Amino acid sequence: MTASQIIFYFIAAFILGCGLLAMTTRKIFRSAVWLLFSLIGVSALYFWLQVEFLAAVQIVVYVGGIVVLIIFSVFLTQQSGKEMPKAPLTRTISSILAVLFGFAFTYSLIYKTNFQTANANFDADVSRIGTQMLNTGDQGFALPFEVVSILLLAAMIGCIVIAMKSSSHLPKEKSTVSKPEL
Amino acid sequence: MNGIPISHILFVSTALFFIGIYGMFTRRNLITMLMAIELMLNSVNINFVVFNKYLWPGKLDGVFFTIFIITIAAAEAAVAIAIIINLYRNHQSIDVEDAVELKH
Repeated sequence: MTASQIIFYFIAAFILGCGLLAMTTRKIFRSAVWLLFSLIGVSALYFWLQVEFLAAVQIVVYVGGIVVLIIFSVFLTQQSGKEMPKAPLTRTISSILAVLFGFAFTYSLIYKTNFQTANANFDADVSRIGTQMLNTGDQGFALPFEVVSILLLAAMIGCIVIAMKSSSHLPKEKSTVSKPEL
Repeated sequence: MNGIPISHILFVSTALFFIGIYGMFTRRNLITMLMAIELMLNSVNINFVVFNKYLWPGKLDGVFFTIFIITIAAAEAAVAIAIIINLYRNHQSIDVEDAVELKH
């Protein structure tokens, strides 16, 4: 077993262990922190696959952005030390069964498929990615790039509109109870 | 390539996807359900990158799909959290069992 293989199995165990803990722990803040570690593990997997640009994007966007947003919303919406109620036993058992069956089915399909791996060198240079991203030619991704930029703008405006406090639509807000401002 | 067959990496992504599904089934809190969705999106990203690297190393399409999925996941998380906070303002709860106005 080479060092590369050992590192891969270590990263895989780290991702799956942290992901499982994130989905099973009953304190919501701990769940967010386990999710953070699981995403860092995915980023390490990208480093292992030698796709360094994606690993950096993963850290910046997921670890630095989404998880911080999630932790913010945890703090805004509930007591983070409180335990979440346990799921009913029937639901837990049936979902474990469904998940195990689905996993076994999918992995048996993957295991039987004979993938024709190519042995050429994989080169994901940032310069190559950037050239192809903004290329308008045959292999270029300039159109999806622009569409995604419009989508981000729309999402930003949508977030502001949804989260804005509109006193006309929420007569309940005007009631006498003085609530701390969110 | 690196001494690891592709099926072992696909094992990781499949397992991560079904861990996300398990969280989606058992949790009833909107924020934890959002976390489950993030895990599933990440497993899909791993799949795209691995297929690109092992099966079509001359191209970069899988990497581009991953970049766009990450972007859209970020937008989706922001919108979802805005909705969650608005729901919390109106209901003082972010449990999906408590949001029943549209049920009847």
